[in-house]
Amino acid sequence: MSPLLEIRSVSKRFGGVAANIDISFDVRRGEILGLIGPNGAGKTSLFNAIAGEVTPDSGEIMLNGQRLSGLGPVACAALGVARTFQVVRSFDTMTVLENVMVGAFLRHRAPAAAMRAATDIIGFCGLNGRIDRPAWGLSPPEKRRLEVARALATEPQLLLLDEMLTGLTPTEAQSGVQLIRDVAARGVTIIMVEHVMEIVLPLVERAVVLNLGQILTIGTSAEIVRNPAVIRAYLGDRYAA
Amino acid sequence: MANAIVKRRRQELVVGGVVLAGLALLPVPIKDVYTQNLIIITVLFAGLAQAWNILGGYCGQISLGHALYFGIGSYVSTLLYLKLGIPPTLGLFAAGIVAGAAALLIGWPCFRLSGHYYAIATVVVGEIGYLLFLNWDFVGGATGVFIPFKGESWAELQFKTAKLPYHFVVLAFAAATWLAAFWLEGSRWGFAWRAVKDDVVAARSLGVNIFASKMAAAALSGGFTGMGGALYAQYVGYIDPDSVLAGHFSILIALPAVLGGVGTLWGPLIGAAVLIPASELSRSYLGGSGRGVDLMLYGGLIVLVALARPQGLVSLFNWRRKSDVPAA
Repeated sequence: MSPLLEIRSVSKRFGGVAANIDISFDVRRGEILGLIGPNGAGKTSLFNAIAGEVTPDSGEIMLNGQRLSGLGPVACAALGVARTFQVVRSFDTMTVLENVMVGAFLRHRAPAAAMRAATDIIGFCGLNGRIDRPAWGLSPPEKRRLEVARALATEPQLLLLDEMLTGLTPTEAQSGVQLIRDVAARGVTIIMVEHVMEIVLPLVERAVVLNLGQILTIGTSAEIVRNPAVIRAYLGDRYAA
Repeated sequence: MANAIVKRRRQELVVGGVVLAGLALLPVPIKDVYTQNLIIITVLFAGLAQAWNILGGYCGQISLGHALYFGIGSYVSTLLYLKLGIPPTLGLFAAGIVAGAAALLIGWPCFRLSGHYYAIATVVVGEIGYLLFLNWDFVGGATGVFIPFKGESWAELQFKTAKLPYHFVVLAFAAATWLAAFWLEGSRWGFAWRAVKDDVVAARSLGVNIFASKMAAAALSGGFTGMGGALYAQYVGYIDPDSVLAGHFSILIALPAVLGGVGTLWGPLIGAAVLIPASELSRSYLGGSGRGVDLMLYGGLIVLVALARPQGLVSLFNWRRKSDVPAA
C-alpha cells in the first residue's frame, strides 16, 4: 500500500538557523508515528511544514501523492491534515460545542449537521459534561482534549499532535494516551511530537528521531532506546555505552 | 435536538420579537416630538452599532473608519435622488451596495494588517474619505447638499412634520441588522468570524479562510452602515462632510457596541439606549451653559461602565451567564 504521507528532502532555514536539513521519510496509513528529539531539533518546524503553516525552502511533502507543501494551512485542512498546538489555542469566547463546530463546518455546510457531527466527536473525546461550557474555563487537560476534538471534527486522514501529553500529570497523561489509541482505532493516521521519550515510545510503532535539524534515526521503539546515537543526543557522550 | 445553543437562540428570537413590538408601540404613549426624535436617533444608532458589531464584535476587526461607509451611503442615496430622481427607498439599497463595495475595496489592502495596525489604517482611510468629499465639487464640497422637500411620500421617505413614519423606518433598519447578527450567530460564516476573532492560527488550521472571512464581514458591516447613512440623510434633509463623514462619527457608531458589549446580540442595542439619550439629554440641559459639562458627564459615564463592566452593559443581564464571558 502506498504511504499516506511522503516527505522528500525537506529543508527549511530561519535566517541563519537551519531548522530542517534534507528530511525524508514516509508515514504509513493507520500508524502512530513518533517525532522525537531534544529541544531545538526541528520537530515543530517540520510539523508546521506538514500542516502548511511553513513553506519548506526545498523538497516536497505529498499526501496521497498530492503535493501539500506551499498550499497553506487552509488547503491542507481541506485535504485532510488536522493538528493541535504545542501551546493550546482554544476559541475562548466560544463554548466547547461551538469550538468543535468550527472544525465540523469544514465538511458540513448546514449548521444542524455540523452540530450533530460536533456533538458525536465531543462524546468520543470524553467532553460530554463540558459541551456547553465556555472554552476559557476548561482545565489544561480538557483544553488538550478540546483541541483533539476540534481537529477530528475536520474529518482528517492525518492528525498531527504537538506535545499533547507534555505537562500533564501521570494520570492525565494515561487518559490522553487512551484517547490517542482510540483516535488511531478510528483509522486516523497520527504523527505525534514529544520530547519526553518515555511517553511516546510505548505508544508508537515507529519513531523518527531528529537532532540539530537532521534525521538521527528511524526505527521501532525498541531499536531507538538502544541506539547509541540517540542516547548521545539526549544524555551526552558519557552515557553512550 | 434541544441543546443549550438551540434553546438560547429560540429564547433570543422571542425576546427580540417582544422588544421589537415594544419599540413599535412606543409612539402610542409618547406624543412629544422632541422625545420621538430622540427615540428615532437612538434606534438608528442601535442599528448602526449593530452593523459595526458585525465586523468589530463578531469578526474582531476594530474599525474606526465606519463614518466613511455612513457618509458614502448618505451621499449615494442623496445624489441618486437629486441628480437622477431615484427615490430614496431604492437609493437606500444602492447606498448599501456601494458602501459594501467600498468596504471590500478598503479591506483589500487593510486586512493585510492586523490588530492595532488595522484599526489605525481605518482611521487614516476614513480621514482621506472625509477630505476627498470636502474638496469634491460634484458632491457639493464643503457646502454640502440640501434635500428639497417635495411633498409627503413614503417612496421618497419625506414627511412634513410627522416623526412617526420615520420611527418605523429606522425600526425596520435596526431590526434588519439585528436579524443579520442573529442569523450570523447560527451560521457557518458567523462561526468562522468568531473563530477568526479568537485565534487566527487555530482558525486557519481548521480550514477557515481568514482573509475571505474578514472581507465578507466588512462588506456586510459596511453595507448596513451605508443604508443607515442613507436613512439619516433623508431624515435630516441636509448633509455635508462634517455632519456625515467626520472622524467622530466613526467613534459614535462604534461606542454603543463597545459600551453595550462587543460580539453580542444585545450589546449594541443596550449601548445605544444608554448612550444616545445620555448624550442628547446632557447636551440639551447642560450643553449651553457650562460649555463642556455635558461632555464631561458623557465621558464619565463611559469610564464608569468600562471600570465596572468591562464586558459591556449586556453582562448585567443573564442571557449569557457571567461565567460565559472571559475575564478580559
